[in-house]
Amino acid sequence: MKYDPEHYDYWPYQNRPKIVWPGGKKVAFWVAPNIEFYELNPPANPQRKSWPRPYPDITPYSYRDHGNRVGHWRLMEMMDEFGVRGSISLSVAMCQHHPEIIEACAARKWEFFSHGIYNTRYIYGMDHAQEQAILTDSIKTVETATGQRIRGYLAPALTHTEHTIDLLAENDFWYSCDLFQDDQPQPLKTKSGKKLVSMPYSLEVNDHYAFNVYGQSARQYADLLKRQFDTLLEEGAESGTVMCIPLHAYLIGRAHRMGPFREVLDYITGHKDDVWVTTAIEIADYYLNNCYDDALKSIEAAQREAS
Amino acid sequence: MTLPEDYLKYPHRSHGMDHDLYPWSNLFNRPTVRWPGDKSVALWITVALEYFPLTPNDGPFRAPGHMVTPYPDYRTYTTRDYGNRVGVFRIMKVLDALGLKASTPMSAKIAERYPALLKAVQDRDWEVIGHGVDMNHIHYGGMDAAQEAQQIEDALVMLEKHTGSKPVGWFSPARSESENTLELLAEHGIDYACDWVNDDMPYDMTTSAGTITAMPHTMELDDRQLMVTLGQNEETYQEQILAAFDLLRSEGKSHGGRILHLSLTPYVIGQPFRIWALRKVLETIMASNDVWSATPSEILKVWRGK
Repeated sequence: MKYDPEHYDYWPYQNRPKIVWPGGKKVAFWVAPNIEFYELNPPANPQRKSWPRPYPDITPYSYRDHGNRVGHWRLMEMMDEFGVRGSISLSVAMCQHHPEIIEACAARKWEFFSHGIYNTRYIYGMDHAQEQAILTDSIKTVETATGQRIRGYLAPALTHTEHTIDLLAENDFWYSCDLFQDDQPQPLKTKSGKKLVSMPYSLEVNDHYAFNVYGQSARQYADLLKRQFDTLLEEGAESGTVMCIPLHAYLIGRAHRMGPFREVLDYITGHKDDVWVTTAIEIADYYLNNCYDDALKSIEAAQREAS
Repeated sequence: MTLPEDYLKYPHRSHGMDHDLYPWSNLFNRPTVRWPGDKSVALWITVALEYFPLTPNDGPFRAPGHMVTPYPDYRTYTTRDYGNRVGVFRIMKVLDALGLKASTPMSAKIAERYPALLKAVQDRDWEVIGHGVDMNHIHYGGMDAAQEAQQIEDALVMLEKHTGSKPVGWFSPARSESENTLELLAEHGIDYACDWVNDDMPYDMTTSAGTITAMPHTMELDDRQLMVTLGQNEETYQEQILAAFDLLRSEGKSHGGRILHLSLTPYVIGQPFRIWALRKVLETIMASNDVWSATPSEILKVWRGK
C-alpha cells in the first residue's frame, strides 16, 4: 500500500496559469446525472456489502429504481428546458436493462461515461485483468448502444484499486472524476505517460451527500448550489473554474425537489456571458489542447521550488 | 487480490428488471387516470399505529423506532406510547376539522390492547392496513416460510377479530420483506402492499399466488424520515410537502391524476410543537380545491377502472 495516492503533486490554488474557457467564459458548468442500475441480489464482494439487510433488501433497492421509472424523465425534461446536456455517469448495464433511457439521452446528444457495469459490482479486490475487463466492457457496451467512444470514468460506487488511474490512461480515457482534490482540472501522473485529466466532480455538492448524508432540504440544496456557483464565478475571473452538479434521479427527481432545483438551473444558465454550459468531455478536450502543457510546467516549477 | 470469476458474470443483464416481480415502466408513458371530480391529486393519509414491545425480539435487525438502550428502555417505549395515547388524537383533531379520512397501518396488538383507540379509528371510518402482529414481528430474507406465513395469519386474524373485517392492504413492519412475503400476502387475500418505494403511482406485481398491487407509500416525505432520521425541522417538513404537492398537481393536469401520500407517525408529527405543520399542509392543499381525499382501496378502485 502507498502512503499517498501518487497520482498528482501538491499544487496550491494560487499563481496558477490562467485558464480562459471558450468564448472568454469563467466557469465551465456541467451536470452529471448518475444513471445507475443496482442489483437486488449481487454477488458478494469481500470488502463491501451491497445492502444492509439480508436479500431481498427491497427498500434501498426500490428507492433507487424510482429514478429509472419516474425521476429520470422529470430531470431530463427540466434540463431540456434550460439547454443543459447531461454527462452521464452510467452503469453500462443500463444499455441492456433500460435502453429506452439510453436512447432518449443519446437523441439529446448527452455524453456517456462509465460508472462501472452495475453500481452493485465493486472494484475492490479485482486484479489488473479483471479491472481491465470492466473498462473493455464499458467501452464496447456504450459504443454498441450509442456509437459514442467513452472518454471518462467514475468508478462504480467510488471503489478503486491502485491500478485504476493507470488503466484509464492506458485505455485512452481523457478524464477521471474519481479524485476530489481541486476545483480546476489538472494533469494526472500515469505509468504509461499518457495524458489523463482529473475532472472536478465534487462530493460535497452531490445530491446524495446533501440529502442523505447532511440531511438537507430541497431548498437548502438549491441555495448551496447557488452559493457554490457564486464563489466559483468570482474566482473564475482570475482563472477558469469548473462547477459540476452530480445528481441521482432517484433523489433530485422526487416531486418535492424539482421545483427548487429548477431555480438553480435557471440561475446558473442565466449568467450567459460568464458560463460555459458544457459536458465533461468538452471540458477535457479543451483542457488537453489549451491548458494541459502550461499546467504541467507550473506543477513542475512548484515541485522544484518545494525541493 | 483476485475476485472469483462469477463476480464478472452478469446473469440478469437483459431488458427490464433483474427479477420477475414487475416489468419496467416509465411513469410518463402509462394510461392516465382521472380522479373523481377531475381533481389533480388524490390525497392518501396514513397514520401508523405501531406497538413496540419493551422486549425487542431480535432478528437480523431491529425495526426503526424500536428500543435503543439496554432493557428496560423506558425512554423509547414511553415515547412511542405517547404517540398512541396523545399524538394520534391531536392528528385526528386536525383531520376532523377538515373532514379528511385516513388509513392506518396498525400493529394487531394495538387493536387488541387499546380498544378505545380502535374505536376512535373506526368511528372515523379509517381503513385499517395490516402491519404485522407488533414491531417485533418483522419479515426478512432467509426466515422460515412457515413461520412467516404464521406471522401474517396471526396479524390478519387478530385484526379481523377486533375490527370486524379482514384488511385488504398490508405494510410490512420495518418495510422489510423476505423472498416469500409478497406471495404469502397474495395467498392471504391481500390486495395491495405498501413496501416498495420505486414509483409515484400504483403498479401491479406478479407472484405465483396472484397479482398484488404496489401502493406508493412514501419514504422520502415520511415525517419520521425527515424530522427524526434526517433531523429537519417542521418548517422544512411542511415546505417540502407543499413543494411536492405543487409538482404533483401540475403533473396531474398534464399526465393524469397523481397521488400525494402523507405518512404520519403520531409520536413525531403529533408533538405539540410540530402539529401546526400538519395543519398548515392540509389547510393549504385543501384550499386548492384540486384534491380528492381517499383511502387506498378507494384510490385503487378508480385506478383499476382507468
